[in-house]
Amino acid sequence: MAEYQYLFTRIQVRGPLYPGVPLPAEDEPRSKPFGFSHLAGKLGDAQIGPMYLGTYGVLSLMLGFIAFEIIGLNMLASVNWNPVLFVRDLFWLSLDPPLPQHGLRLMMPMHEGGWWLLAGACLTASLLLWCARTYARAKSLGLGTHTTWAFMGAIWLFLVLGFIRPIMMGSWSEAVPFGIFSHLDWTAAFSIRYGNLFYNPFHALSIVFLYGSVLIFAMHGATILAVGRFGGEREVEHTIDRGTAAERAGLFWRWTMGFNATYESIHRWAWWFAILTPVTGGIGILLTGTLVDNWYLWAMDRGFVASYPPYDTVNPYLQGAPR
Amino acid sequence: MRFNTTNVTLLSLAGAAAVIGFGLLFTFERLPVQTVQGGFRGTSMGRVDNPRTAVVMAAANQAPEAPEAADATGERAREVYENVPVLGHLSVEQFGRIMNVMTQWLYPGEGDAVGCNGCHVAGNFASDDKYQKHVARRMIQMTMALNSEWTPHTAQTGVTCWTCHRGQSVPANVWHEAPRSTGPNFLTGPGEQNRPNLAAGLSDLPLDPFTPYLMGAQEIRMQGANQHPRPESRQSIQQTEWTYSLMMHMSTSLGVNCTFCHNSRAFANWEESPPQRALAWQGIRMVRDINNTYIESLRERFPANRLGPLGDTLKANCTTCHQGVNKPMYGAPMIRDYPELLPAPAAQRAEVAGPRIQ
Repeated sequence: MAEYQYLFTRIQVRGPLYPGVPLPAEDEPRSKPFGFSHLAGKLGDAQIGPMYLGTYGVLSLMLGFIAFEIIGLNMLASVNWNPVLFVRDLFWLSLDPPLPQHGLRLMMPMHEGGWWLLAGACLTASLLLWCARTYARAKSLGLGTHTTWAFMGAIWLFLVLGFIRPIMMGSWSEAVPFGIFSHLDWTAAFSIRYGNLFYNPFHALSIVFLYGSVLIFAMHGATILAVGRFGGEREVEHTIDRGTAAERAGLFWRWTMGFNATYESIHRWAWWFAILTPVTGGIGILLTGTLVDNWYLWAMDRGFVASYPPYDTVNPYLQGAPR
Repeated sequence: MRFNTTNVTLLSLAGAAAVIGFGLLFTFERLPVQTVQGGFRGTSMGRVDNPRTAVVMAAANQAPEAPEAADATGERAREVYENVPVLGHLSVEQFGRIMNVMTQWLYPGEGDAVGCNGCHVAGNFASDDKYQKHVARRMIQMTMALNSEWTPHTAQTGVTCWTCHRGQSVPANVWHEAPRSTGPNFLTGPGEQNRPNLAAGLSDLPLDPFTPYLMGAQEIRMQGANQHPRPESRQSIQQTEWTYSLMMHMSTSLGVNCTFCHNSRAFANWEESPPQRALAWQGIRMVRDINNTYIESLRERFPANRLGPLGDTLKANCTTCHQGVNKPMYGAPMIRDYPELLPAPAAQRAEVAGPRIQ
């Protein structure tokens, strides 16, 4: 079997446990490394730990746990605390946003949306704290803050869906429920209500970046694995000192399509494509219902809807029903 | 360490097979699946059928063979029988024929509570003492209305008792209002959605789309009618989900997908909708009429065991007649064989008008 077809990492390098670079004096101490795991080594690095939780990490996990519990206990209550039903119907269960009549109020009966609001607040705080944590950890290691900015792209979409757009619409009920099928139903209902998100250009852009991310990820992963026998996985070294792996990878793409990314630029492409997926998607959601009420009619007006022969179906509202 | 290539390969293949198998288990419909083009090419408005299930559906949706037609001339039923206000205009032979098929359609067999005795007091057929007789009379009036006033939906096919009853005194597919949540008020109780919804294709949508739309006349349209928001365009996502649930119910009832009635790129647009959508629109109004004018008007007549837990009647929805087929019994034109279930000609109707019979 050709070696590039392995699913798992082939080589596990075992040195002494490595505690990492010294931390700045103002940081809290981190844990000791936990040890090696052969199974983890199949997927990534075999060394587990050290772990740094810190204030942000602890608070984030606590708030995330509270949100998780609020959602889970409400789901359990909705099946009258029946554990069998809870498991059977888990994908159907949901903690729904406030009823439309509550508008943007913060005070309302807990079972009519209060719990949703509380869970959403805790989850948002948890995500923001985790984001701050990625920033602090990157700074401590002297890294760039790219991970944080990328995470903020996802948080942007999350906030648009559950916070910014509902406020602009004047109703929490516009927000997404917490539940497996219920959030999928929300997505379908949202598109239908606002005249088909297919015609929302930012939705289209988001899909371009999403599928583009997939394409770039596949091209990059394939290229690096394919030049593995020439040391292609040592991308960092090859960025500044091109070896035969980089040369061959570049040549392959120039032969194929006349142009190649470099070991540096491919990661910039990937980062931007990934980030622009939620960023453009969030813009599209934000415009829906606030500036555009029916994307199909909007697109008709701008002339980019394909035209098909019409049916001669008569609008029955014009004639009415017998009774 | 050394790797056994064969083991790794087998492990990978087993993992991939498990993932694919799990996906297939919940999504796959056993072949063959046939798609018939519906709308204009490129609109993907296909009808999806599976011959394997179609055979089962066809067997379950047959119209019974009609008995020989009755002579419509001769003495009128009202001249021979007592207390026949809605069918008195028929000939005696026609009257006997329709009574006979009604027993087969609703109370087949012979016994104390079936056959003629399903509705009639044994030995005194003129008596109104059984509630079933009041119900049957009202339902005959309904059937006549469906075959005359509601032809925008029933067309020339018409309906008979069989369309809904299929050999049972209570049709298999009826609905009633469900008690609202009595769960804990602090945490979220069992609400109006978020459970597997059998009436709406196992979706997570509101469980009872019938009360607001097939009993009440709440607005079903929820798409914005203009490209930009207007003050009047405030239909919520929640309202959309209620409509969605009704539409999923119709889809489930008729065994069709959305594109049978809509071009899904513009659900609200009539010019892009196949003509079936206008038929369905009439059908929704027709079911409202059935439930309000006819079935609910019998509420006081029914015993408690024929009512829902909230005391409302067992009402009709799309499934009551359609039962998984876009035309009940694949469009078998039953009314052609049962002219007894058409309203009395106008000239004769005047004679039997009298007080409105409930």
